[in-house]
Amino acid sequence: MDPFEQYQILQSRRQFLNQSKAGLGAAALAALVSPPCVADGNYVADALPKAKRVIFLFMAGAPSQLDLFDHKPKLGEKFRQPLPDDVRDGQRVTAMTKGRDHLIQPSMFKFSPQGQSGLFMSELLPHLSTVADDVCLIKSMYTDAINHDPGKTLICTGSQIPGKPSLGAWLSYGLGTLNKDLPDFIVLNSAFWSGDQRNVQALYSRLWGTGFLPSKHQGVAFQSSGAPVLFLSNPAGVSRASRHKMLELVTELNQKHAAEIGDPEIHTTIAQQEMAFRMQASVPELTDISAEPAAMLDLYGPEVHKTGSFARNCLLARRMVERGVRFVQVYHRGWDHHAALPGKMRGQCFDIDQPCAALIKDLKNRGLLDDTLIVFSGEFGRTVYCQGSQSATDYGRDHHSRCFTAWLAGGGVKGGIEHGRTDEYSYNIVDQDGKKTTRFEDGAIHIRDLNATILHQLGIDHRRLTFRFQGLDQKLTGVEEESHVLTKILS
Amino acid sequence: MRSAIVQKHKFLISARFAKGQRRRIMQDRNKWNVDRNRLWLCRSRFTRMPLLLSIWTLISLPAASDTVSFNRDVRAILSDRCFQCHGPNEETRQAELRLDVADDREGPFHDRDGHRVITPKDLQASAIWQRLTTNDDAERMPPAESNVKPLTSGEKQVIRQWILNGAQYEDFWAFVSPQRPTAPDAADPQWNSPIDRFVLARLTVEKMTPQPAADKRTLIRRVTLDLTGVPPTPTEIQRFLNDQSPEAYQDLVDRLLATPRYGEHMAKYWLDLVRFADTNGIHHDHYREMTPYRDWVIRAFNANLRFDDFVTYQIAGDLYEQPTIDQQIASGFNRLHLVIDRGTAIPEESFNRNVVDRVSAFGTAFLGLTLGCAVCHDHKYDPVTQKDFYQLSAFFNNFDTTPETPGRDTHPPFIQLPTPAQSEQLKLLASRVATVTVEINTLRKAATPDEKAAAVATLKQKEEELKAVTRQNADLNTLVQVSLVSKERTEIRPAYILTRGAYDQPGEQVERNTPSFLPPLDSAESLKTRMDLARWVTDGQHPLTARVAVNRFWQQFFGVGLVKTSGDFGAQGEFPSHPDLLDDLASSFVQSQWDVKTLIRAIVLSATYQQSSSAPVEAYQADPENRLLGRGSRFRLDSEMIRDQMLLVSGLLNETMYGKSVRPPQPPNLWKSVSMKSSSTYSFEADTGESIYRRSIYSFWKRAMPPPQMTIFDAPTRESCVARRERTNTPLQALVLMNERQYFHAAGNAARTLLAANDLSEAARLSRAYESVTSHLPDTEELASLQNGLSGLRLTYQQDVESVKAVTSEIKEASHQERIEIAAWTMLVNSLFNLDATKTRE
Repeated sequence: MDPFEQYQILQSRRQFLNQSKAGLGAAALAALVSPPCVADGNYVADALPKAKRVIFLFMAGAPSQLDLFDHKPKLGEKFRQPLPDDVRDGQRVTAMTKGRDHLIQPSMFKFSPQGQSGLFMSELLPHLSTVADDVCLIKSMYTDAINHDPGKTLICTGSQIPGKPSLGAWLSYGLGTLNKDLPDFIVLNSAFWSGDQRNVQALYSRLWGTGFLPSKHQGVAFQSSGAPVLFLSNPAGVSRASRHKMLELVTELNQKHAAEIGDPEIHTTIAQQEMAFRMQASVPELTDISAEPAAMLDLYGPEVHKTGSFARNCLLARRMVERGVRFVQVYHRGWDHHAALPGKMRGQCFDIDQPCAALIKDLKNRGLLDDTLIVFSGEFGRTVYCQGSQSATDYGRDHHSRCFTAWLAGGGVKGGIEHGRTDEYSYNIVDQDGKKTTRFEDGAIHIRDLNATILHQLGIDHRRLTFRFQGLDQKLTGVEEESHVLTKILS
Repeated sequence: MRSAIVQKHKFLISARFAKGQRRRIMQDRNKWNVDRNRLWLCRSRFTRMPLLLSIWTLISLPAASDTVSFNRDVRAILSDRCFQCHGPNEETRQAELRLDVADDREGPFHDRDGHRVITPKDLQASAIWQRLTTNDDAERMPPAESNVKPLTSGEKQVIRQWILNGAQYEDFWAFVSPQRPTAPDAADPQWNSPIDRFVLARLTVEKMTPQPAADKRTLIRRVTLDLTGVPPTPTEIQRFLNDQSPEAYQDLVDRLLATPRYGEHMAKYWLDLVRFADTNGIHHDHYREMTPYRDWVIRAFNANLRFDDFVTYQIAGDLYEQPTIDQQIASGFNRLHLVIDRGTAIPEESFNRNVVDRVSAFGTAFLGLTLGCAVCHDHKYDPVTQKDFYQLSAFFNNFDTTPETPGRDTHPPFIQLPTPAQSEQLKLLASRVATVTVEINTLRKAATPDEKAAAVATLKQKEEELKAVTRQNADLNTLVQVSLVSKERTEIRPAYILTRGAYDQPGEQVERNTPSFLPPLDSAESLKTRMDLARWVTDGQHPLTARVAVNRFWQQFFGVGLVKTSGDFGAQGEFPSHPDLLDDLASSFVQSQWDVKTLIRAIVLSATYQQSSSAPVEAYQADPENRLLGRGSRFRLDSEMIRDQMLLVSGLLNETMYGKSVRPPQPPNLWKSVSMKSSSTYSFEADTGESIYRRSIYSFWKRAMPPPQMTIFDAPTRESCVARRERTNTPLQALVLMNERQYFHAAGNAARTLLAANDLSEAARLSRAYESVTSHLPDTEELASLQNGLSGLRLTYQQDVESVKAVTSEIKEASHQERIEIAAWTMLVNSLFNLDATKTRE
């Protein structure tokens, strides 16, 4: 957007606030009635959006595609054989397995075809298997990073280098708000997990940060204990009534000051204080699940009763999209299985399997799946070769950037299909003829392409959603490489 | 898509012309002083330009006029719409055409078999004009599929006029040394300083009149906040009001510049710029010890260290013949980048990442350039080649340090900074170690069996002592303050251009050098050093350093710089709103021996700065950011100032300076929610006691999760260099000001102090409260609002016994009636803390 347009938008916003200053403020506070919502989203959709909202289930630490989705039946015969050099093909490896043997490790878990579509899923995912026909597996994801921090930063912000806005921030910036009482972008960090307890990779607030976009677009991380939003609750001894009284006084004085000094920004302050006051009511209502029927809680599984569980967060994510939150990102940690992978995977899948399936079913029952896109992904994949001690039932896997599996559901994406292929080792992405490739045309999907596709479903041409920074029209998909919309999987 | 563009260009241009041999014309490297005249020409035109246009269009989007300047009007359009394919980057250049320079065989004036892309003064013979204006979609530039926005009609008019006027190119203004311009004549005796004369001249052209000077209360609040980061106390206000002398304001400024708070406040901006933090920022995000660097920055500003020395110490403080402690600490600048701990990443990749981070920081902090773009390819907009980047990187690739940190341990090289007492103790221990060692050796040399037998017991005792003393020594060493510093390796590590920036794809080897589009670095030695680089940057004739620095200082006082893009002075940056003023400030800054306080003094003593920020709504709408300086600037305070102000006015502020970072309380589990369990910053334990009331500059900064009270108000995470903070206005900010526990505690503290003054009437007490928070006295209407608000709050609490107890739980002895008063007054102060005027500098 050029500065003039930016200015005009600012202008109209200011005018709005200005004209409505008499109406805003005390009246709204008194009646607890919301003023009309001021959309700051200025992006004019290129097409009718298929999806209005996104729930991104982020498996931090990188789950093994080989043990969940990417079925390689022939690997059993190759147990403990070295990975052929032409497969590895000069691939850089992490410091952890550099210079070691690279011996093949098949998955110990059984795979079977599911639903009418016959998508293969591992026995670790019995619940997700029941909704396989709603899921689109992308088996040919690849990334540029082989370490967690840059890997996660890349998938969440489109760049390995810290400082870029996250996907949710871009959506908030581009599309504005769908609701007037809640943030556009909410982050739910699962407070615990069943897998690896010791080796748990860090998250960074930059993963839901705004980078160079205005900070009002940043993800609001909900807390699993205490007030869900930082500083939401009044201090002890401040009732809603006294907060109301206090804000009446503040608004009165602010309005007088605005009349004297002329700066329209004061009206923004007034509006935001009102929003804060409304959030003090709307957020507790959002996180209070006591009115959910028992059958609904059962659908999400026993963990849903624990605050901060992944299951609870999935249920909250549904309640959020229901209330018009644009983008919800649910983080689940503990997927970095360098050793003792099978046991840890069982625990992790216990955490996430039933809630993921429940989320799909729940949204579907409410008619929300059609325009809510669910994305499930880690930051990269894991190696076919073993790390740490190796036996048929005990093994670990190192980081792997050349291929991994993500899945999508709803939001105008076809269910019961898979996209992309990997070689017999789940090591390289291959084309129709089995030749190694990283080309989009051959089916390989970079994170840029995934992001372009997500934006597309929301009615956004990724090339047009830009923000001027450091002299460049910055984009979620970067300014360097081309990105593609994966139209094949769209209904 | 790219190939489609290539095809089209080939068809329309290149195919018609013989394929010329590509060659890069390096810009003349001896441009310290040349082309000044051309630049002047453009400047003097600038001020004469007839201006019937809206203010905004003037600043960034000049419409048609017969006085079009290449630098001001044309370059931005070409850069934005054309350079991507017709700019400095040779690889992406299409159709063998570059529009960024005039004199090149691929330039626009070059004869292409009788055709020219631009023929001065002749639109018909200028292919560019045809291509910009044609109705043929397939021919029109920029091509639709490039996703570059088409030119607006106003922009086309600019190009049209420029061609008609002769299509004169100018060297990019920021890469030519500033020369001190002559200030316009003083049109108003009150507006007599050089700053004011430049500003007023522009306002006059715009047919605008400045606002009158702000009232004394506004003024003392503004200048105290701007220079010290906290507001004035009522006593200070009274003293200023009572001082009727003409020098009252000047004296106030001098007083403020001399307070130690000044350095703390100035340091905040610098620490954003160099991304100072307490953790490493990647992977484990372990603690790192750099706080002596922060202390040095504070001391340097307070001592008014010459800015050129300030810069040199940081780039190359370790390379002085006998560096002082301060110079070594300052050289820690090169250690402020993010760094991973060893174990997972590939060390070669980490090494490269560190080098790139250092060079980018050098570019942003000192040159105001976005050099990072040239890591992978030639810059698409600025003349920064990939080679330029790696030549520069060769100054920053030779540190004597490992690319990854040894886990939690301090990452060498570092210096130890024992206190005098510790020094003494360490000396004693060292001498004791030496003595005992000698004694042991002597005992071991015992020759005869008898002697040996006699020595056994003593030897054992001495060995025990040695162990104990060594342990004491080690223990004491862990208590000694350290700071990471720079240290050069003796052997020189070669540097290469990395193909597409990949650490494992070295290409051509390069030597240390500065970017080719800037003046050359002259060095007597064949091997240029970081010290040479520092001297080059701080040369008084350097086109960027002083401009970039004064612009950032200016930005502190007006909310936005004369160049708005204070971190980007390149082609994609913004042209200055007042180019002459910028050059005047830069030149006088250098002439003053880089004297920061003198510069700041000149700024805050100007009539421009002292204007009232009260203006008609229309003025705010016409120029929301006050780029034309027709009023006093009004903008929200930074997060640190908001917090420090609250601590000061409530009497809680602890003004202890320096030292390790402190941890004021924050909501629970924030660190845990993001950290690895084995991180040294996994679990946040709030400090107790007075240290939680230290100024915010001393708050612990974990990069993965900085204090939310700060980031919610737009403080950066300190993961990358930030020259200018955003200023947003969000509901989360409102929640912080309403509910943050320390802020609420501060309100309670202020309320009790107010109530303790029992000789006051309620109205007088309300006035005092209002004044201590806003620096103003309430007028009748405001006082009525306050009284009304207080009564309402009192009534609420009279009906709510539990709430009264909760608010006053810290108070031991008080009647219920007194408690109701305290609760109501606490909420009254909380209201004052939430006023827009309180969080705003106006």
